[in-house]
Amino acid sequence: MTSTTLDAVTRGRVRRTRRRRAVLATLGVAVAAMATVSLMVGQTFYPPGDVLRVILGETVPGASFTVGELRLPRTVLALATGLCFGMGGVTFQTMMRNPLASPDIIGISSAASAAAAFAIIVLGLGETGVSIFAIVAALGVAVIIYVLSFKDGVAGTRLVLIGIGIAAMLNSATSYILNQAGQWDLQAATRWLNGSLNGSTWDETIPVLIALLTFGPVLLAQARNLTMLQLGDDTAAALGTRLERTRLVSIVAAVGLIAFATSATGPIAFVAFLAGPIAARLAGPGGSLLLPAGLVGALLVLVADFLGQFAFDTRFPVGVITGVLGAPYLIYLLVRTNRAGGSL
Amino acid sequence: MTVDTKPGPDVAHLRRPARVRLAWLLLVLAVLTLVMLASVAFGSRAVGWSDITAALAGTDDTLNQAAVVKRIPRTILAALVGAALALSGAAMQGVTRNPLADPGILGVNMGAMLAIAVGMTTVGLYTATAYIWAAIAGAALSSLFVYAVGSLGRAGPTPLKIALAGAATSAALASLVVAVVLPRGDIAENFQSWQVGGVGGATWDSIGHVLPFLAAGLAICLLCARALNSLALGDDMAAALGERVAVIRGIAALGAVVLCGAATAVAGPIAFVGLIVPHLCRLLVGLDHRWLLPFATLVGAALLTAADVVGRVVNRPDEIEAGIITALIGAPFFIYIVRRQKVREL
Repeated sequence: MTSTTLDAVTRGRVRRTRRRRAVLATLGVAVAAMATVSLMVGQTFYPPGDVLRVILGETVPGASFTVGELRLPRTVLALATGLCFGMGGVTFQTMMRNPLASPDIIGISSAASAAAAFAIIVLGLGETGVSIFAIVAALGVAVIIYVLSFKDGVAGTRLVLIGIGIAAMLNSATSYILNQAGQWDLQAATRWLNGSLNGSTWDETIPVLIALLTFGPVLLAQARNLTMLQLGDDTAAALGTRLERTRLVSIVAAVGLIAFATSATGPIAFVAFLAGPIAARLAGPGGSLLLPAGLVGALLVLVADFLGQFAFDTRFPVGVITGVLGAPYLIYLLVRTNRAGGSL
Repeated sequence: MTVDTKPGPDVAHLRRPARVRLAWLLLVLAVLTLVMLASVAFGSRAVGWSDITAALAGTDDTLNQAAVVKRIPRTILAALVGAALALSGAAMQGVTRNPLADPGILGVNMGAMLAIAVGMTTVGLYTATAYIWAAIAGAALSSLFVYAVGSLGRAGPTPLKIALAGAATSAALASLVVAVVLPRGDIAENFQSWQVGGVGGATWDSIGHVLPFLAAGLAICLLCARALNSLALGDDMAAALGERVAVIRGIAALGAVVLCGAATAVAGPIAFVGLIVPHLCRLLVGLDHRWLLPFATLVGAALLTAADVVGRVVNRPDEIEAGIITALIGAPFFIYIVRRQKVREL
């Protein structure tokens, strides 16, 4: 009797682990393939061999500049911001146990974006200064949202609504900053309100990579504790998770990822929101969603940027594409949750 | 929704004697007059009093006088749009019994914007009246959609669900507006006022086009005032009092949609005016819609005109669109309301 139960449990665990590994591998391959495609395709097509040689540092006439200086930073930035948004988003969603509590809906991305726009356009700071500005502002706004929604405990619904209000205000602030600098043009506006990869350079890409390599491992180290938090505070505490420490470390790391990515590309709409739920669907129950969500985020940004560049007559910034794709999913999520009678 | 048989302390607190209401009415009229005068007097160019009085009398001989003459239609449009948005918000809050209802938050303004954008780029709409019709149609569709999404499920249309559905729809529509407008350089050039909302482009022409629609919407909403009072008691009670609940909802919502659609067509998506003003007016004159709706109209006119003046004066010689100012003062107010409500009521 006991042995069969044990067998069933073991089999289930093995099955889930296998599925998880398969999903991670598939996502990884898809991301790599999409990145390669985005390096090859453009006004001139370069075969994979040329691309590989450029990446390995050889000089290939034509390809060295086009691929090495134009496409490579863009692709790497797309990859890095996708990972940042995906991992940062799913951290918030897991901690709040609410898919709507993602940083791009509750105004944390808007804060980073407004601060970055201010630092670049008004103060004229360089990349480091901009990133520091963005992360300080985003952390500050995270604290403000938490304090404002605290009233006999933090209710998820109140936090989301207050976040929506904050986001509206910060988006206006961004418009104000662009307006005040007399720099209103559609390119700048879409970058800081919707997110765009146009004109990516290595100077913008490197801080994002550094953030990813610093905060990413910190979050991954918290993966187990974050999964515990999903069970509820009491259960998590009973299972030995140090709640406050886990929350503090995870929030700082997630905000760091979001802020650095946003200061390079603007808040690419809905990637942070979408990556978590999609990853949860793919990977199934059990296990941390951090890595799957990061990969889904990277895939989303790469695919959306590719579509935005080549699928239409006009070149759309990546944020417009993810906005148009992501919003129906948000509405679908609301419809499904409302139908089920659950409270968001 | 539970209906108390005796008025609770809040209701008693919000019942106002006629004398108090009249006093407030006079004060609001005085403020509106002052704000409109200020809107004519202050702008990015500093102008002396003699020029202002001369311009108001109809001369535009000097540069200063001409500047003042140009501010007159802008002032009137700001007042009209503010009045329309505030009344629309008050009617929406009455129809949905939702303290968070506002044409901007519910995504209705963005629906109007998208309809105009699509009309311009695909069908080639170019007359002001066509924009207004398109905007009203878009506003109607998006409000129906938001209400449908928000009222699915057992608890029906709770304020929280409607607000979330509105925010999601608004974000979706905003992305679509960018996607529709971006390929068209000629339209994209004027994108600033399109995206944030403002009354900087006012002309007598645009006022003339939008006025009939605003008048119609105003009439519809004001005529619904008494019925909205019954509706405030809950659907069952309203039906027991002899009101046809669905019909009232439909008519009042139509009025609200016409108002905010027409306002959006001339001024872009301006949020939060329709949220703040009704709440403020309830504190001043109480819950009776027969007082609340006209009051909201006047206060809304004063608020948006004031926002426009502030936007012109704060950062001379640059102007800040009125929509930015209203969002900066409106969002904290939204947060205040969310905080004040108990979670289970949301």
